[in-house]
Amino acid sequence: MTRPTADIRPSSQPPHPPARPIYTFFTRPQVIALVAVLLVNWLLFPGFFTITWQDGRLFGSLIDVLNRGAPVAILAIGMTAVIATKGVDLSVGAVMAISGAVAATLVSSGVPATVAVLAALAAGLLCGLWNGILVTVLDIQPIIATLVLMVAGRGLAQLITEGSIVTFADPLLVFLGTGSILGLPTPVVIAIVLMIVATLIVRRTALGLLIEAVGVNRSAARFAGLSAGTLLLIVYTFAGFCAAIAGLIVAGDIRGADANNAGLWLELDAILAVVIGGTSLMGGRFSIPLAVLGAMIIQAMNTGILISGFSPEFNLVVKSAVIIVILVLQSPLSARVFRRRPDGRPGNPQ
Amino acid sequence: MNRSLRPLLATTAIFLFAYLLAVIQHPGMLSTRVLGNFLTDNAFMGIAAVGMTFVILSGGIDLSVGAVIGFTTVLIAVLIMWLNLHPLLAFAIALTVAALFGAIMGAAIHYLRVPSFIVTLAGMFLARGGASVLSPDSIGIQHEFFSSVSKSYILMPGGGRLTVIGMIMLAVFAAAILLAHRTRFGSNVYALGGSETSAALMGVPVARTTIAIYALSSGLAGLAGVVFSLYTSAGYSLNALGVELDAIAAVVIGGTLLTGGYGFVAGTFIGVMLQGLVQTYIVFDGTLSSWWTKIVVGVLLFMFIVLQRLVFRAGTRRN
Repeated sequence: MTRPTADIRPSSQPPHPPARPIYTFFTRPQVIALVAVLLVNWLLFPGFFTITWQDGRLFGSLIDVLNRGAPVAILAIGMTAVIATKGVDLSVGAVMAISGAVAATLVSSGVPATVAVLAALAAGLLCGLWNGILVTVLDIQPIIATLVLMVAGRGLAQLITEGSIVTFADPLLVFLGTGSILGLPTPVVIAIVLMIVATLIVRRTALGLLIEAVGVNRSAARFAGLSAGTLLLIVYTFAGFCAAIAGLIVAGDIRGADANNAGLWLELDAILAVVIGGTSLMGGRFSIPLAVLGAMIIQAMNTGILISGFSPEFNLVVKSAVIIVILVLQSPLSARVFRRRPDGRPGNPQ
Repeated sequence: MNRSLRPLLATTAIFLFAYLLAVIQHPGMLSTRVLGNFLTDNAFMGIAAVGMTFVILSGGIDLSVGAVIGFTTVLIAVLIMWLNLHPLLAFAIALTVAALFGAIMGAAIHYLRVPSFIVTLAGMFLARGGASVLSPDSIGIQHEFFSSVSKSYILMPGGGRLTVIGMIMLAVFAAAILLAHRTRFGSNVYALGGSETSAALMGVPVARTTIAIYALSSGLAGLAGVVFSLYTSAGYSLNALGVELDAIAAVVIGGTLLTGGYGFVAGTFIGVMLQGLVQTYIVFDGTLSSWWTKIVVGVLLFMFIVLQRLVFRAGTRRN
C-alpha cells in the first residue's frame, strides 16, 4: 500500500498539522478539562495525588482512576475507529458480556485459560464481524445494525452461562482483571499498549487516512478506489475485539461472568469518551489518544463524585451536563458566534 | 394492491402464523384472558412505541423514553405521597414536564444540528439521574384512586379483563393513527423523514415539527410512565430500564423504515403484540428461560431489517 499524498485529503477537513511541538498537547481542551477535574478531586480529598508503593505495585487514587477507567478506554479505542467512519457501535456492552461468559464457562469446565482467553477474543471478533457484515453487505444504518446484537447479545451471553453467574479462580483471568505488570495494574497496561499500537497503525500507515475518507463520504471514497466495505468490516471487527478485551478484564476483576450486568451501559460511556475526545460524530476526524483521555475524564468525574459523598446516580446528571456543553461548543451556532468575535479575529483558522 | 402496504401485511401474517403455532402447542393461549393480559402487560411499552414511531418516521431516534418513564413514575410518586396532590393533578404535572423535556430535546436537535441519538442520550442520562436525585429508593403509592383504577375493568366474553391501562393503550393507538394519516402534522412528519431539505423547500415548518415530534414522544413516554405507575403502584428511578430498545424493536418489526418517511402506526401495534406473544409463549412453555425473549426479539429485529432492505431494493430497481 503506497502512502497517498496530502492532496487527496477531503477539502472540507483541515489537514493534520504536521508534527506539532509537544507543548500544544497540554493546551488541548481535553487535557485542561482532565487537569481541572483532577484538581477539584484534590481539593475535595487532599490525599488524591498520593501514590504509594506496596507489595510490588503502585497504590493511590490516581492509579485507581486509571484502573477503573481502563475498560471504557479500551472500548473507546475501538469506538473511535467506528465513529470515524460515521458509524456507531451500540453492541460493545453486550459483546463484553459474551466474551466474559465464553471465558468463564470454558475455564470452569476445565479448558486451559489461554484457550479460553483466545476463544473469548474470537467471540468478540465474530460479533464485530457480524456487525460489519450488517453494515456493509446489507447496508443497514450502523445504529440499527448494532442494535440487533445489543438486544440479542445479553440473551446469548445468558445462554452461554445458562443464566447463572459463572465464577472462577483461574490465575490468568484473575491476573487480567486485578494483576499488575511493573507495578501498574494489568488493565492499565493493556489499555496503554492497545492505544499505542492502534495509534501507530492508523497514523504511521495510510489506514487512518482511509478511515477518515470513508467517514467523510463513503460513496466518494469508493469512487476514489478505496474498498470501503473491507475497511468498514475491519473497523467493526476491531471494535468487537476491543470489547472482548474489556469483557475479559471486567470478568477477571469480579472473578466471574455476570451476563446481565457486565458492561451494562458502557457503550454509552465509550461513545461519550470518544465525543469528549473531539472525534466528530459526522465522521472524518478522529483521535485515539484523546478518546482515551476522554475515558479518563469520565472516570475522574466518577471518582470525584464518589469521594465527595454524592450518590453515584448523581453522576448521570453530571454526564448529561458534559454532553450538553460539548454539543453546544461543537454546534455550528457557536462556531458562528466565535467567528464573529468583536476584535474581528476568526475563531477558527480554516 | 397497494405496494406500500406490503411490509405491514407481512408483519401481520407473521404475527398470525406465530400465534397459530403457539395455539397449536398450547390451546390455552387462544382466550380473551390471555388477550387481556397481553394488552395490560404491554400497555406502557406500546404507548412509548407510538411516540417512537413518530420519531423514527421523521428519521430520528429517541433513546430517552425508558428514562422518561422511570422519571415520571418517581415524579408522580413524589407528588402524591410527599406533597399529597390528587393523582389526576400529579398526572397532569408529570405529562407537562415530560412534554416540555421532549420539546427542549427537539429544539436542541434542530438548532444545534446534532444527531438525535446523542441529544436523547444526554436526555436519558439527565432523566435517570434526575429521577434518582429525586429519590434513590422505590416509593410505594397508596391512594384510593390508584386502587380503584387498577381494580376496574371491562369483562370481555370468555372471562378476559380489559383493564383501564389496556384501554388507554388502545385509545393512544387509535388517536395516533388519526394523527399520522389524517392531519397536517402527520404529513409533515412523513415529509421530514423523506428528506429534510425537500420538506423545508415545500414549506414544512421544520423547526416547529421537529420540536413537536420530540415533545410528543416524551409526552407519550410520560403517559407510559403514568400507566407504569398505575400498573405497579410504585415510583422507582430504575423502572422501565431498556424499554427504548423494546420500543425501537416494536417499531421496526412493525414495518417502519428506519431511514424515515415510511411506515404505519398500526404496524407498531402488531410489533408490540408480537413481542408480547414471544413473552407469553415462553411463560406458557415453562421450560424455556426468560433470556430466550431477548434472543427471539433480536432475531425478529434482524429478520425484519433484512426484509425491509430486500423490499426497498426491489422497489428501487423497478423504478
